[in-house]
Amino acid sequence: MNIRLIFRIAKSLLLARWKQTLVAAIGVTFSITMFIALLSFMTGLNDLLDGLILNRTAHVRLFNEIRPNIHQPINSTPEFKDSYNFIRSVKSGSSRQEIYNSGAIMQALHRDSRVTGVAPKIMAQVFFNDGSIDITGTISGIDVEEESDLFHFSEYIVDGSPLDIRDVTSSIILGKALGEKLIVNVGDVVRVTTVNQQQFSLKVVGFFQSGIQELDKVQSYASLTTTQKILGKSNNYITDIQVKLTDVELAPEIAREYAKTFQTEAEDIQTANAQFETGSVVRSLISYSVGITLLIVAGFGIFNILNMMIYEKMDSIAILKATGFSGQDVNRIFIVIALSIGLFGGMLGLGFGFMLSYMIDQIPFNTASLPTIKTYPINYAPAFYFIGTSFSIVTTYLAGWAPARKASRIDPVIIIRGK
Amino acid sequence: MNELIVLKADHIMKNFHDPVSVPVLKDISLSVRKGEFVSITGKSGCGKSTLLYILSTMDTDYAGDLLIGNEKMRGRTEKQLARVRNAMIGFVFQFHYLLSEFTVLENVMLPGLKLNTLPEEQVRKRAMDRLQTLDIHSLANKKANQLSGGEKQRVAIARALINDPSIIMCDEPTGNLDKANSLIVFGIFKELAEKHEQTILVVTHDQEFAKNTHRVIVMEDGKIIG
Repeated sequence: MNIRLIFRIAKSLLLARWKQTLVAAIGVTFSITMFIALLSFMTGLNDLLDGLILNRTAHVRLFNEIRPNIHQPINSTPEFKDSYNFIRSVKSGSSRQEIYNSGAIMQALHRDSRVTGVAPKIMAQVFFNDGSIDITGTISGIDVEEESDLFHFSEYIVDGSPLDIRDVTSSIILGKALGEKLIVNVGDVVRVTTVNQQQFSLKVVGFFQSGIQELDKVQSYASLTTTQKILGKSNNYITDIQVKLTDVELAPEIAREYAKTFQTEAEDIQTANAQFETGSVVRSLISYSVGITLLIVAGFGIFNILNMMIYEKMDSIAILKATGFSGQDVNRIFIVIALSIGLFGGMLGLGFGFMLSYMIDQIPFNTASLPTIKTYPINYAPAFYFIGTSFSIVTTYLAGWAPARKASRIDPVIIIRGK
Repeated sequence: MNELIVLKADHIMKNFHDPVSVPVLKDISLSVRKGEFVSITGKSGCGKSTLLYILSTMDTDYAGDLLIGNEKMRGRTEKQLARVRNAMIGFVFQFHYLLSEFTVLENVMLPGLKLNTLPEEQVRKRAMDRLQTLDIHSLANKKANQLSGGEKQRVAIARALINDPSIIMCDEPTGNLDKANSLIVFGIFKELAEKHEQTILVVTHDQEFAKNTHRVIVMEDGKIIG
């Protein structure tokens, strides 16, 4: 087929009405620009908000819940085996928070190919003594290197060095808000009292700011050894094992598997943070619908302009058909016109969209709760640019389809005789 | 001498169906030989234009048979018919129908480029030759809308000639022209027919024009009467 000729005719028709063409193309450009900027910004924001929680959350967390043993002695007694036994005021007395055999479990997890990292953790409830006042708080005993690798722990340290809790004995990193309450600085010593009335002096080596104020008021970090010492436990005492997976989607399934294998509780990230997932999905949905709406409006613009062009160029179409252009050729000419508007407008839109998102990226965004964020977050994922291009081509094709079909069906006899 | 018959209409009949069936063409049979300069004339509404559109393959809703260059046109697809028009028929209408976005030369070249049997350079050369024959080669690079009516019609004739068609069909080619330009256009047709053996079929109600052609077909009420 005579593709070059078709392109040539399409081009001259386009250039003959270049102002209208430009308006149509600007419509597409505008919608693609907004689509890209909106999605980049929304997704950037989503990632930020999700990251606030999800980055610091294990995909699967293994722990022991304190609760009454489900195997009560009376149920094993032969006489009462077939009866329904009611037991009042059952105590969870013998239940422990410690994960049994934690070393072996961690070794097994390291060998699992679906696991990217494992970090042990101990949770301890303490009181921080500030003169005569006790402030409740928690100390998380962590392996600081693993914690930084898996949960970006070092990113949230605003003062001091995270590795110091490993290197300095009896040291602690306090939440920023907690530090302000206790009026301490790096290098000072805080006194903590455990629930067993044991007292310890810990050296403050840093502050962290998580972005969640409530957490910063009560949370603090120490090394595993320090925490074990505070709690008076042996050096294999672990209360939590946090696992990061290669594929987060597999978390629920793997959690069930681990719960069975290791005889512990296992909570997956989807269950623990369901509300964040929902929020992200809704925000993305809104951005996509706004973007697509803009594109549809632009599509109608193209549809109108092509229709007008066809009315204006009725004579030309008739003579083209009379002199040997088939309906298919005419159809192609108009599809080429529509697609070039879409492609040209779309490409410009990608450029402007990138520029707009880059500009948003430069706007200062300082908030006390997000120490690592200095400007508005933008996600420059190539996927948006790809989707934007495909959308612009698809909408302009659809917008051109009906007018092109109409043009191809013009009966030259009616036009020529009508004069 | 069958090879010499360029166009043959065999018992062509056509009805208009809106709002009631009205016969417009009643059993038309005619044939045009190579090199003939034929005119079809008759009063307004006698069906002469309708006949021309059927003969030109643009109207396919008829009964009977149409043969161009000894080949039946019935049952061909829209695309095949477009090809026939492109390669074998040249058109000149009352109105010039030049594309105003293109130059004169490009307008003439378009059907040649569509035919796609010659490289573009040769099509350009042929187009220049045609323009030269019609003495309008100096206008080649002007836009079509900068020309006068007579010049436009000559460009339209050059466009009709680009693919060496077996027949040129004209619908009131002088209808929009003044006396002087009509004479020029007639002169061109006459010369094409006599010097270059170009077959020409003209539909006109200009008696003066018709009288000077080789053969006059007179129509009345959808029938050929002489």
